[in-house]
Amino acid sequence: MKKTANFTAKTKAIVKKHGGDRSALIAVLQDIQETFNYLPKEAMNTVSTMMGIPASRVYEVATFYNAFSLNPRGKHIVKICVGTACHVRGASAIQDKFEQKLLIKPGETNQDQQFTLELVNCVGACALGPVVVIDTEYHGQMTMNKVDKIINEINKEGAQQ
Amino acid sequence: MTKITTAQALRQVQEDLKKNFDPTKKLVTICAGTGCRGYGCIKVKEELEAEMKKQNMDVEVRATGCFGFCEKGPLVIIHPEKIFYQQVKIKDVPDIVSKTVANGEVLEKLLYRDPETKETVLKEEDVPFYKKQLRLVFGQNGMIDPTRIEDYLIIGGYTALAKTLSEMSPEGVISEVKKAGLRGRGGGGFAAGIKWEGSRRAHGSPKYVIANGDEGDPGAYMDRSLMEGNPHSIIEGMIIGAYAIGASEGYIYVRNEYPLAVLHLTMAISAAKEAGLLGKNILGTDFSFDIHINKGGGAFVCGESSALFASIEGRAGEPRAKYVHAVEKGLWDKPTVLNNVETWANVPLIISRGADWYNTIGTEGSKGTKIFSLVGKINNTGLIEVPMGMTLREIIHDMGGGIPNGRKFKAVQTGGPSGGCIPENLLDLPVDFDKLYEVGSMMGSGGMIVMDDKSCMVDVARYFLNFLQEESCGKCVPCREGVRRMREILDDICAGKGREGDVDLLEHISTGVADGSLCALGGSAPNPVLSTIKYFRDEYEAHIKDHRCPAGVCKALITYSIDAEKCTGCMLCSRVCSVGAIHGEKKRAHVIDDDTCTRCGACIESCKFDAILVK
Repeated sequence: MKKTANFTAKTKAIVKKHGGDRSALIAVLQDIQETFNYLPKEAMNTVSTMMGIPASRVYEVATFYNAFSLNPRGKHIVKICVGTACHVRGASAIQDKFEQKLLIKPGETNQDQQFTLELVNCVGACALGPVVVIDTEYHGQMTMNKVDKIINEINKEGAQQ
Repeated sequence: MTKITTAQALRQVQEDLKKNFDPTKKLVTICAGTGCRGYGCIKVKEELEAEMKKQNMDVEVRATGCFGFCEKGPLVIIHPEKIFYQQVKIKDVPDIVSKTVANGEVLEKLLYRDPETKETVLKEEDVPFYKKQLRLVFGQNGMIDPTRIEDYLIIGGYTALAKTLSEMSPEGVISEVKKAGLRGRGGGGFAAGIKWEGSRRAHGSPKYVIANGDEGDPGAYMDRSLMEGNPHSIIEGMIIGAYAIGASEGYIYVRNEYPLAVLHLTMAISAAKEAGLLGKNILGTDFSFDIHINKGGGAFVCGESSALFASIEGRAGEPRAKYVHAVEKGLWDKPTVLNNVETWANVPLIISRGADWYNTIGTEGSKGTKIFSLVGKINNTGLIEVPMGMTLREIIHDMGGGIPNGRKFKAVQTGGPSGGCIPENLLDLPVDFDKLYEVGSMMGSGGMIVMDDKSCMVDVARYFLNFLQEESCGKCVPCREGVRRMREILDDICAGKGREGDVDLLEHISTGVADGSLCALGGSAPNPVLSTIKYFRDEYEAHIKDHRCPAGVCKALITYSIDAEKCTGCMLCSRVCSVGAIHGEKKRAHVIDDDTCTRCGACIESCKFDAILVK
């Protein structure tokens, strides 16, 4: 109950910040996602009521754009670049390796909520290809061997904390 | 900065800034584009500053926009000598400061070394990657700090705007842009001046101008580098365009994945407003114009004009049929001019140097320069700006430095998912809008993805169709269903389940998808398939008839084995194999069990003796 109230209060503040104009819907949802790391159902309902947009429309926009997630995401976001340059340099093998290592498919979050795996169409760091961006850190010239190392390191850091 | 209220005052501000700017003064510039940030250039910059302090030196370290030569980042240039250092690491910093900056002593090991002549090159402009470039739009990136409007003013920024407002009529601007032959850099190649004219004549108000920075083509990042590295050039172009068509509001639609571009554009807009170059009564005239930034939501289709308008209006980015053009009814059904970021950045150049000068660059139908991103299986990955009409061979071999690891060039893919693959026998093709279209590809936003003999062309076609199917908005049937069916056929071919007649069927569906789709996403979706069939039909046939993938990519059609001659029995491959498919004793040749092997490639990556064979 408390959590829902929190969603609603923060969402109200975000909508107000954007002035409530209907054209600001995408910007509002972007801010909500930045605040909660995903789009909670309660927040989308609040947006619908406050902005006078049918819930179905809010849902349409939330599911149309790749940037939005309707499910809570993990502590670390692993973005595998699958742009053309990375593809011809073997990004799909790197993707397979991450799926195997984290036991999740793209778009999913692993059981302990540590990692979410995402694919991105190009991060424009083609000289580093195949490249993987974890949170804000770029990992270039990826190899399967590096996948193990990087994930183990993040897990180790997490355990120490 | 205080408000500048006349063209004369702007000249004065520029002059004053120049007085304080001494070209012989020591200065260190470091590329701080997203690519170099990936290499850790910000840490190098911080280290350079700390070291200067430590050695009591008062030399500015300036983080600039992208230099373009991403392959060799982080890149550092020491001025005024213009000594060009590449692949600079933190441990190199003390020497750079104490030797080069303090005494002008050159550190050989940090210079670019020509792989052919083995000789080192001192200056940026002499590096083969840069030598043939003509960096009119992109060149200032390396000199200015994009977060300071003063840097842009010193190099003559906003002079074109002042000229426009004080000397030119809106019609005069349009006729100059038309005369220059400026064509849209985002892909379509439509004449910008004609768009502007249409919008000026259209009824309805307010009118809008929009910069399309939703750079969606994978492997293309020149627009990002401009937005990050020289945001004022785009803004200046937009203000001039707005004056020409009579617009009072503008938008820059930036791709979701470009946070640094959003930051720099936001800073630039507020600095320009403060200086009286944007907002109400620009440079003291009656003309007012404001710019907003919209962040995209990560949908490729939003690069399409009507989908982009829908997105700015806060809706799902679905295109609409364009019986009425955007110049008449665009954003909120009002007259709108939408141009790509790079197109806008060309405008100040045309106004300040004139259409006649602009006409001397490029080919008959394509004037000016174009920025390309040269990526994939190429030695020198990076952004290049060349005059239109340069051949693919010059770009790939002279600037790009050819193919890595001594492999053979196979094709270059241009135009993103809407473009096509161009084979080796067309390498002497002069690159411009029309020539690329003639060979079944297109300019697109300027991505060039180079492929070698280890790239499978059927797999590449499948990759693009998969991309387009995911990104299709689903509104019209030919695109939604047609692209999906084509992808399924390509999936089958790559999985070894191709049937006789599949290639004909692909060609047949292509016609329907191209003719029947609502927007350019579907209209050009068959290009990657048709161009690979046209130039690499033998590869399709090898997959279908012989169940063989000549490039060794499609997993269902290849087998892994170990060359007993080369294998030393080091056991590394058997250790990395996650499914336990590799057996053998120490110091004896190993074998791979084909039934267990998943062809993941981990053994190839680990083998130091090149002993894993793929057939």
